[in-house]
Amino acid sequence: MSAVRKKLVLVGNGMAGVRAIEHLLKLAPEAYEITIFGAEPHPNYNRIMLSSVLAGGADLNDIIINDLEWYRSNGIRLYTGHTVTSIDTVNRKVKTDKGVEAGYDELILATGSNPFMLPLPGADKEGVIAFRDIKDTQIMQETAKTHRKALVIGGGLLGLEAARGLLHLGMEVSVVHINEYIMERQLDEAASVMLQKELEAQGMKFLLKKQSEAILGKKRAKGLLFADGETAETDLIVMAVGIKPNVELARGSGIGVNRGIIVNDYMETNIPGIYAVGECAEHRGIAYGLVAPLYEQGAVLAKRLAGAQTEGYAGSVTSTKLKVSGVDVFSAGQFIEQPGTRSLRYQDEIEGVYKKLVIKEDKLVGAVLFGDTSDGAPLFSIIKNGENIKGKEKELLLGISADALGSTKGNNRLEAMADDEIICGCNGVSKGAIAEAIQSGGCTSVGDIKACTKASASCGGCKPMVEGLLQLYAGDKAVKVKEGICGCTTLGRDEIVAEIKRMKLMTVKEVMHVLDWNNEEGCTKCRPSLNYYLGMLWPEEYIDEKESRFTNERYHANIQKDGTYSVVPRIYGGITTPADLIKIAEVAVKFDVPMVKFTGGQRLDLLGVKKEDLPKMWEELDMPSGHAYGKTLRTVKTCVGSTFCRFGTQDAIGMGIRLEKAFERLNAPSKVKLAVSGCPRNCAEATIKDFGVVAIDGGWELHVGGNGGVHVRATDLLCVVKTDDEVLEWASAFLQYYRENAVWNERTSTWVERVGLESIKQALENREERLALKERIEATLALTTDPWKQIVNEPELRKNFTPITEPETV
Amino acid sequence: MTKVLVGNVKDIDIKGSRKLHMAGTEIALFRLTSGEVLAVENKCPHKGGLLSEGMVCGSKVHCPLHDSRIDLHSGAVMAPDTGHVRTYEVEVDPDSGQIYLTI
Repeated sequence: MSAVRKKLVLVGNGMAGVRAIEHLLKLAPEAYEITIFGAEPHPNYNRIMLSSVLAGGADLNDIIINDLEWYRSNGIRLYTGHTVTSIDTVNRKVKTDKGVEAGYDELILATGSNPFMLPLPGADKEGVIAFRDIKDTQIMQETAKTHRKALVIGGGLLGLEAARGLLHLGMEVSVVHINEYIMERQLDEAASVMLQKELEAQGMKFLLKKQSEAILGKKRAKGLLFADGETAETDLIVMAVGIKPNVELARGSGIGVNRGIIVNDYMETNIPGIYAVGECAEHRGIAYGLVAPLYEQGAVLAKRLAGAQTEGYAGSVTSTKLKVSGVDVFSAGQFIEQPGTRSLRYQDEIEGVYKKLVIKEDKLVGAVLFGDTSDGAPLFSIIKNGENIKGKEKELLLGISADALGSTKGNNRLEAMADDEIICGCNGVSKGAIAEAIQSGGCTSVGDIKACTKASASCGGCKPMVEGLLQLYAGDKAVKVKEGICGCTTLGRDEIVAEIKRMKLMTVKEVMHVLDWNNEEGCTKCRPSLNYYLGMLWPEEYIDEKESRFTNERYHANIQKDGTYSVVPRIYGGITTPADLIKIAEVAVKFDVPMVKFTGGQRLDLLGVKKEDLPKMWEELDMPSGHAYGKTLRTVKTCVGSTFCRFGTQDAIGMGIRLEKAFERLNAPSKVKLAVSGCPRNCAEATIKDFGVVAIDGGWELHVGGNGGVHVRATDLLCVVKTDDEVLEWASAFLQYYRENAVWNERTSTWVERVGLESIKQALENREERLALKERIEATLALTTDPWKQIVNEPELRKNFTPITEPETV
Repeated sequence: MTKVLVGNVKDIDIKGSRKLHMAGTEIALFRLTSGEVLAVENKCPHKGGLLSEGMVCGSKVHCPLHDSRIDLHSGAVMAPDTGHVRTYEVEVDPDSGQIYLTI
């Protein structure tokens, strides 16, 4: 890295620009000396969440994305409260209203947009504001203390959110809208009317088809006059009629501007070294006002600035998923019928659910959801990839698969079961306890039962029975709640992974933020899974979050019930040497290890080690490990094979060692166990492993999806190969395909059953794709390090193994 | 009641913990994302799991043994589990970052 860093200046301290910087810091942390100018006096905050602040669900601190410490620790010079007033594109300098000058090599304009203020007579009166920043929010809060009536001009999302916030502050609110129905850009008329009814029930009033003409009042706004001659009284007017890209600075500096600052697919303006991202930018004629496109643009720009390959930005298909005052609304694509399209609708006025699909030539081109938006993400992905949905229309509309229509099979058995029979073996929950939770505890969903009794909260094996009991005791009252990966979200694994990819989300915190997690900092289910998905998707850029891993993976040893740990040195293929055995024995004696035991995978387990002793022990053992307990490659079990066995047809030990060395430290959705048997007698029990290899005369059989644990399952035969290299090739491809597609915590056995062996065979049978998978797993494995060595060498990591300093009394 | 200096905030990782032995008890000190430092007895009421080894989510810690959730402010075990963990008063000097524990 050269000693002189290039200078990068960002104008605009908002979501789009800072997002690009965050991304850049990951790709090329040393490349630039960064300066950021922001006109607002705050660090970077999430503007989308302003409505939550107004509605009382959050305070300013909750919506800050990067605090001042973040800027400091990344060496960024931040000027808040500075407005950049001019750019000298020849000498490459910017200047602010407070006289600060900064030179740049590269300049990013992320000036965002301004609220569009209707040019009405009287619009400059006191009590007329927009809803755009923290200051506006504060004015609303102040006004509500002394005044009663408010008018919001604009029945779009922003207007409704402002109105909702004002209602919450105790004001009487009317929404003025020029159209016949509200949110016409996101909703069709039917959904709009349902929304209006819901909002009216909450106390909001509507003045539709009203064109504002003038603001009445002397010094302060007192009323609004409409084109039809009618008037409305008010103490506060909030204009929420749209935004316009903030292009003044760019225009004044000779940068090409249309509605927004014109950029190409690499976010470059017409002036070399100057880029624009976010709401101020116009790409292929579109200036976006949503968060997803801004993130996608930021990712492209970061790659460009880091000198990394990128295909460029090709525009975004947008979808809107909103919570308007507690009502879920979703729309995507072309959701109003036009010639050549047909639509399917489902409307349930009682439950307040509405769903419309717009179809063109057997493809889904648009959708509107109201009341229940849980299908939004999957529908959006169908719209984007343009798949043929012929024959599936009804299933998409009703969201019902055959099994969800409910069968009563099995209920008889549940009914006959004794009350004290245990349903959930992990947590010891009886049938009676679950029945009581439903009958007197008021539980109506599996989630409720889980929260109330802990049934199905651990391994989940009893979930079908819990569902059956719910059906049995709650009957029609049973609610089928769409379950996300955990209680913190309603999104499933595929939706989350798709959104991470689409928006290039880079940290656990960001995923939770952007995808609206309903629990601060998540839980022990979602945190480790997000950590895994991010690491799987961005092996090079993502920095693993050790605080989102379980104890075993944080301390690289297995926690036992008494708080001690167990240590399993890696013994490749189960083969050791007398010298290593002596070393292990000596360490065991020295550290008073109470028990030494062979594990199920032919390794030595040193049980009962004090946490404080772990680093010293590792130092003395000087053998790799740290992965005998994680969601990772555990062991490769082997039999004797052709080296000594009279039946052995191939070198099982050699193959086992090769596989173990190849996949050591692999992060996977769940633990992964391998075995290699030297002949079809299968002494290594390879057919109950995730990937089992069995030697035959002149080749190897490859088996997948086995499990000897909770749900015993024998493997399926994947294929038969001839050479050792092919074994590696298929094992790599299979494991990577599993890494990319399985749900976190899902063993290969359940995964194979869920997706079907055929789909896996299909994905792997093409050699080119197989090699691509192999390449990806190798790239990931190339980045792994020995965690024991790291901890032994770094005091900052090592400190966590010892009690804090001897206390002194003061 | 004694007030003792037990270390500095820098000694504890964010969303991390350190333990210490005092007066025959083991105490776990946690540092939350908000910057707050909280102290509880290092023992889950369920089966004695070491809370210092658990995952910190917001202001709660999940026991590493069976995932009981404990509120670090009040020491209350969250439903569906029950019980209570002893909490200790912690003061952090805003300038030096020194942590004082009252026991």
